[in-house]
Amino acid sequence: MFIAIRDLRFARGRFALLGGVIALMTLMVVLLSGLTAGLGAASVSAVEALPVDAVALQEPAEGQGPSFATSALSSETAAGFDGASGVESAHPIGVATTRIGGQAGAAAVALIGTDAALYPPIERGRTPGDGEVAVTADLAAEERLAVGDGVSIAGVQLEVAGITEETSFNHLPVVYTDLGTWRDATGIEEVTAVGLTGGDIAAVAGTVVVSRTEAFDAVGGYASEQGSLNLMRGLLLGISALIVGAFFTVWTMQRTPDLAVVRAMGASSGYLLRDALAQAGIVLVLGAAVGGAAAAGLGALAASSMPFVLNAATFLAPIGAMVAVGAVGAAVSVRRITAVDPVTALGAAR
Amino acid sequence: MTLELQQIRHTYPDGDRTLVALDSVDFRAAAGEFVTLTGPSGSGKSTLLAVAGGLASPESGRVLIDGTDLTELTARQRDALRAQRIGFVFQQSNLLGSLNAVDQLRLAAHVAGLPLRRAGARARDLLDRVGLSAKAERRPHQLSGGERQRVGIARALMGEPALLLVDEPTSALDHERGAAVVRLLRDLTHEAGLATVMVTHDLQYLDLADRSVRMADGRLFSEPSARTGR
Repeated sequence: MFIAIRDLRFARGRFALLGGVIALMTLMVVLLSGLTAGLGAASVSAVEALPVDAVALQEPAEGQGPSFATSALSSETAAGFDGASGVESAHPIGVATTRIGGQAGAAAVALIGTDAALYPPIERGRTPGDGEVAVTADLAAEERLAVGDGVSIAGVQLEVAGITEETSFNHLPVVYTDLGTWRDATGIEEVTAVGLTGGDIAAVAGTVVVSRTEAFDAVGGYASEQGSLNLMRGLLLGISALIVGAFFTVWTMQRTPDLAVVRAMGASSGYLLRDALAQAGIVLVLGAAVGGAAAAGLGALAASSMPFVLNAATFLAPIGAMVAVGAVGAAVSVRRITAVDPVTALGAAR
Repeated sequence: MTLELQQIRHTYPDGDRTLVALDSVDFRAAAGEFVTLTGPSGSGKSTLLAVAGGLASPESGRVLIDGTDLTELTARQRDALRAQRIGFVFQQSNLLGSLNAVDQLRLAAHVAGLPLRRAGARARDLLDRVGLSAKAERRPHQLSGGERQRVGIARALMGEPALLLVDEPTSALDHERGAAVVRLLRDLTHEAGLATVMVTHDLQYLDLADRSVRMADGRLFSEPSARTGR
């Protein structure tokens, strides 16, 4: 790194510019990663929190995927999973979008009716019984609901028995209740899905069985939302590789006469390659670290007002990816060092 | 004998034909000998330097440096030999813009695999020898043309070479500064017992050489006695 360090000091303006670009790209990728995870959680965290191995939904029409929005299973179909091959337990689940009326007004919610075994942990109060609900902590805070308060869902008066940890379904806070109360409040007899534990579970007639994580795609808009956000992340990483590659292509071309002199002095191509890659690595790591730190700060601020998740997967992974793709871009660019001919250091060839 | 070229032939493709840059060239430079190489452009002077320094491999013939035949070495071995036994002085010095004078020399030591701590002291000694100890921390753009060339000479000596190959070191200097650089090269050659080969277009420096050789069309035109090369 003899030349690398001294070049960084000498051309600090140019390298600061590249580092700044890398920092900004890292900032965008980390923020986008946090937003992608946040939106994903807002969409499917209620499904993710289900303590089941698989979910049965109504078999979709040809060419379409299973969907919570269109799935309707009769009681007989749902009961078909009881004691079926590979099934340890089966829990019918009703899902409906509705409104809840409380002291602070009304709010759109996802009403999930199922067995208490599938509820997320109750943070305050108790597990709701007949005519009772458990609301998520964020909904309780937003609508100023407390254990013992009365609420109205589709004209049916219910009591808040418990406050659960935060979950969402299709970007709506969730209200949990038992299946009987769900049917009373929604007027729907069929259930939406069946939560299943066990392994190698075969679908019964008219259903399709998917894993819990595969069931995320059955939540409206989840797949397209995540797909477009991930595409943007991928494009940002690709653009970053191109920017780094373009910079080091120009930089290597500019210093080719110097490199020829050092080659003539006896340096091997490997010596120059190691030096150049170390230089790129320093700029990449510093730029990504600065961008990551800024993203962590902004993300922490944003998390209070928008769906944003900051964890190792949304923070360290994108920073690592940024450094990795930048290193690839730099490596492709600086490999032209191996073609530098030391003869060109002599006058007649210059 | 430090440098010996035996029956060297080297060609370049030139469109549809082949250009003979060196044609059955025999050449010798002994330790402590300062040899100038003159000739018109395209006569093969720089090619001879490139072949002698292991920068280019000849089509045929042998290049011996202290008895080691460069043509039998791998590219990596030639790199190592250049770093340790051969010093190059280029036109207009060819210093790296990002390095100050002392680091130009330390780089040569780093390339040669010498310890950098010891290299610092030797670099300052060499800069002192070429009269630049007060400007050791200056970068190339803060030095005059003659000073840059003297840094280039000191850099070429860092690896303690046996052979010094010098490519038109005075081309960007006025006569007074050019003569000072050539005298410095001659004195260093004699002091350190180097074999020095200097390519030059400027015939007025031939009086300073121990021996002068002229080239034309890839051949050594003559190898007259010392100081009679014109």
